[in-house]
Amino acid sequence: MLSCKEASRLVSQSQDRRLGWRERMALRLHLAVCDACREFSRQMAWLRQALRHFALRAEQDETVRLPSEAAERIRRALHGHD
Amino acid sequence: MTHISGDALLVEHGDYLYRYALLRLRDPHLAEDAVQETLLAALSAKNGQGFAAKSAVRTWLTGILKHKIIDHFRRAQREAPLPDGEFSDGDLPPGMDDFFLEDGHWTEPPSSLGNPAALLEQQQFWGVLQTCLDRLPKALARIFLLREIEEKENEEICKELEVSTTNAWVMLYRARMGLRKCLEMNWLGDRNAEL
Repeated sequence: MLSCKEASRLVSQSQDRRLGWRERMALRLHLAVCDACREFSRQMAWLRQALRHFALRAEQDETVRLPSEAAERIRRALHGHD
Repeated sequence: MTHISGDALLVEHGDYLYRYALLRLRDPHLAEDAVQETLLAALSAKNGQGFAAKSAVRTWLTGILKHKIIDHFRRAQREAPLPDGEFSDGDLPPGMDDFFLEDGHWTEPPSSLGNPAALLEQQQFWGVLQTCLDRLPKALARIFLLREIEEKENEEICKELEVSTTNAWVMLYRARMGLRKCLEMNWLGDRNAEL
């Protein structure tokens, strides 16, 4: 029987690689009887989704702009190159 | 269009490129430098000439910026690599570590975050996520963002950052554990305080 510590590692790694057959069975068995790790597993899936939303929002957030001093500095650096 | 002007690129795409870089580099000065390097590279590249559509130019610029960001990550990873080995002390801020007891049970079992889909609708939540990302050690944040935001395959990340596969799994695990704990503490903590 996996410990919660081992189970949490497998849950994380399942997002990065295909687990082996034994690992999948062991994890499934653990999750079947462990509420805490089942919740953890749900949260890991959700976290991945949340990060993707977060990235889209950050890239589209028009209140975040290149600071004007930086823009001026860049403009000067670009002159002579175009 | 036979010629691309630096001013025009800056006006049209500067803010977007800055946001893109800031999200990944997590440092305003680094992000500004990356925008500058990108536009300079764009101006000196011949194949930039002749794009008519704004969206094509943006895709092209973003492609250049991506490479600049990876270059930076690789340099940073070389200068301050995470120590090899399973668990090193002190690379997560206090309170974000010690997840398990010696017998392998949770120190504090994960508590329910409520309705996860609804959470994503709440403005406040994004501020908390931002804070928690900033609290991750830089090396962990780098690999985690590459994995989750760029959706890069593990092997590709390992090659780009020059880390072993096993080390990458450990770093991603620690990033997720740290982030989850931070969200739980700050989000649930705040919510409970309001009740």
